[in-house]
Amino acid sequence: MYPDYMAESLRKVAQTRPKRLELARKSEPVYPPMNAEERRAVLEGFHPDYEASARRPVRVGPNRDESLTTEVSDLLESHSWLRSDQVTLDKPDFETDLLIIGGGGAGCNAALVAMKEHGIHSIIATKLRMGDANTMMSQGGMQAAVSRTDSPTRHYLDAIGGGHFENKPELVRALTEDGPGVVKWLEDLGVVWDKQQDGSLKTMHGGGTSRKRMLSCRDYTGAMIMRTLMDEVRNHPDMITVKEFMPAVELIMDDKGRCAGAVLYDMESEEFFTVRAKSTLIATGGYGRLHIRGYDTTNHYGATGDGLVMAYRAGAKLMYMDSVQYHPTGVSFPEQIAGFLVTEAIRGAGGQPLNKEGDLFVFPREPRDIEASAIIRECVQNGGGVPTPSGRVGVWLDSPLIDMLHGEGYTEKHFPAMYRQFIRYGIDITKLPMLIYPSLHYQNGGIEINERCETDIPGLYVAGEATGGLHGRNRLMGNSVLDYNVFGRRAGRYAGEYAKTVKLGKLSLAHLDAYEKELADAGVKTDLVTPVLLPSYAPKDVKKRQLLRGGNTLPGSSVLQNRLFDERPGA
Amino acid sequence: MLALAAVRLGLPMRDKIIKVFIMTSETAGTTKNLSASQVDVKRNVAEQSLITIYIMGKAYEVPDDATIMGAIEYAGHQIIRGAGCREGYCGACATIYRLPGDYKIQTGLACMTLVEEGMSLAQIPYVPAEKAIYDIEKLKPNVSAIQEMYPTVFRCVACNTCTKSCPQGLQVMDYIQAAKRGDIAAVMDLSFDCVVCGLCMLRCPAEITQPLVGILAKRLYGRYLRQDSPELAVRVKAVEDGVYNAEYAELMSMSREDLSDRYYARDSE
Repeated sequence: MYPDYMAESLRKVAQTRPKRLELARKSEPVYPPMNAEERRAVLEGFHPDYEASARRPVRVGPNRDESLTTEVSDLLESHSWLRSDQVTLDKPDFETDLLIIGGGGAGCNAALVAMKEHGIHSIIATKLRMGDANTMMSQGGMQAAVSRTDSPTRHYLDAIGGGHFENKPELVRALTEDGPGVVKWLEDLGVVWDKQQDGSLKTMHGGGTSRKRMLSCRDYTGAMIMRTLMDEVRNHPDMITVKEFMPAVELIMDDKGRCAGAVLYDMESEEFFTVRAKSTLIATGGYGRLHIRGYDTTNHYGATGDGLVMAYRAGAKLMYMDSVQYHPTGVSFPEQIAGFLVTEAIRGAGGQPLNKEGDLFVFPREPRDIEASAIIRECVQNGGGVPTPSGRVGVWLDSPLIDMLHGEGYTEKHFPAMYRQFIRYGIDITKLPMLIYPSLHYQNGGIEINERCETDIPGLYVAGEATGGLHGRNRLMGNSVLDYNVFGRRAGRYAGEYAKTVKLGKLSLAHLDAYEKELADAGVKTDLVTPVLLPSYAPKDVKKRQLLRGGNTLPGSSVLQNRLFDERPGA
Repeated sequence: MLALAAVRLGLPMRDKIIKVFIMTSETAGTTKNLSASQVDVKRNVAEQSLITIYIMGKAYEVPDDATIMGAIEYAGHQIIRGAGCREGYCGACATIYRLPGDYKIQTGLACMTLVEEGMSLAQIPYVPAEKAIYDIEKLKPNVSAIQEMYPTVFRCVACNTCTKSCPQGLQVMDYIQAAKRGDIAAVMDLSFDCVVCGLCMLRCPAEITQPLVGILAKRLYGRYLRQDSPELAVRVKAVEDGVYNAEYAELMSMSREDLSDRYYARDSE
């Protein structure tokens, strides 16, 4: 339940609701959408990326001297877990055609397509369980231009406008053109899409869509897709080997500068294993668990940007790594679920963001960066936020409108996860609004790829959230679900094709030595060892006691030290 | 930007919990205090309102409104198995517990369940279950698929333990009964929100693997029993036939300004 002091504000929300309901029933927008100039102003004034300390130049690697998100620069200026002379590469522990790093949506799609189209074997090496990925958590849906009033080119225009015209055009074309085919591919695998009476796909609006284009599986869209893909992967144990709790910690190259596999780390036995692979796919997802700018995140436990740093050390260029997506509607109250995602489909279905007076202050379906910035502005500049008992702040998201617009029972039927999330804390979202604030959601940039998922490094492919370029500096809702399907499939196709022709040379980890030298030459002093693998939520006093191990001095390769880097003196 | 910094969110979970406890310390009143020597691990934060829970039998003092997952991390454990999405979708954090004076075994997701005084808990890192291997193209969407793939379904004694143990509140037994009848659509509908935490199959006296039955039924429904979309096949073919090639070529060759004009001038549904 909401604390008593919020009652007055809640009363105002209820008071303004009938008028707002009337507005929502009309075809015009309930609040005027921003023009280009207004968008620019709210972004520059209030988006966290524009805060003074949000970015700094990275001192090493392919993007050297480019200004990146500060936490990303920190991540890249770090030591490897490994020293090349300590790893024996002449007898790899495992060999395969295609090594897939990451067991989320992109990785599973790639394994299936590589098998079906090329008949090749793959290993999926993943940090936690297969399916422990942001894929599993997407609620609202997937964009795909399937309705009669829509077209893939219109989807292209929406996506590229939402990304402020900085998206790589060939990637957006691939995304939008493959969209309808992906819907069919998933449906034939057994994904149960929400349908209308005549069998047409149910479509909804998302932020920045000019046509209803969001396809859904209730609000368990990602879970439905992920579980279907995983189930199919597990139906082919002879072709696809799944190694869980075995994240990659470095890529292996060959003497001709091609990617040739990776070194895996067993989270449980703490051993390292080498994999020789003809082609390698990074499908490690994003970095929400780095808690950029101290924000809460909607991301899963393992989202620590591992692929970025591995690829960067090997020489792959990053794109748009100065841009972070904050989802406009993360939970602000109750405290226990703070930062959790409230699906954008709530606004797609008619939910409205309101200030403490119960008034609209932004068009509910602006692109995400604009909507998030407008919410921050409302709280910070206009004092329109509602404070929470723990010192957070939030604006209302008026969900009771949804049943009023679509009929009683609609919310429980179409948003069962959201309903469950709040009713546990005594908040019935069909009767009361939710209190929300932006939450760290998505890595807009990443490793640069082309439409074949190729990088600067032969044999290294990347798909899904780990890539950069597709979304420009702002992704629209539902385009990431489409992204990992489209580019996961493309990665399987092209990495599979490459695997059939390549003859690998002598394996090498020399790039790690070169990177280490570059760090020293640039005067970087750090005891951060990456990939991070897992965040630590241990209290500070616990961390201090844990740090007694190893004398608290040198960077090492232990998980414990790695987790605790920020607690060391001088770090 | 100073004001912005002041409302920034997302301190690490524990710090947030501390703050909550400063705010609410006077409202807590049920804490049963153990003497210092009785608590295995005690944290040094006086302002908090703490309760004692037993993580695998070991006593810890933790904030009284933490989730189980938050409490385990507050206790200083680094979870490796037992945390995934942390928002109730992935089923990684299945947990069993008992409360003092209550004989019942309770179940929950650690990310969603709040701690209670005296709670004695263990996370379930993995539930062994044999997934049937099948070619979805060779199955029929009726009882035959269930009989062939998961015959244990027919051992169901209708005890309802599965339903009682479901942290999602699903009618698990009802969908197992539907599976026995070959009602694939009902299994799909009733098991739609299953997060595959495995607690039902751990508790089932008939050793049925309910979540796996649900996944099979959903796939069978999506593959065979769906109503086909009239426009999807048309659109897929249009893309294959290159219907949009010319328009793509035009959009991709436009200057940023022209593209921007086109974007802001577009109509909306």
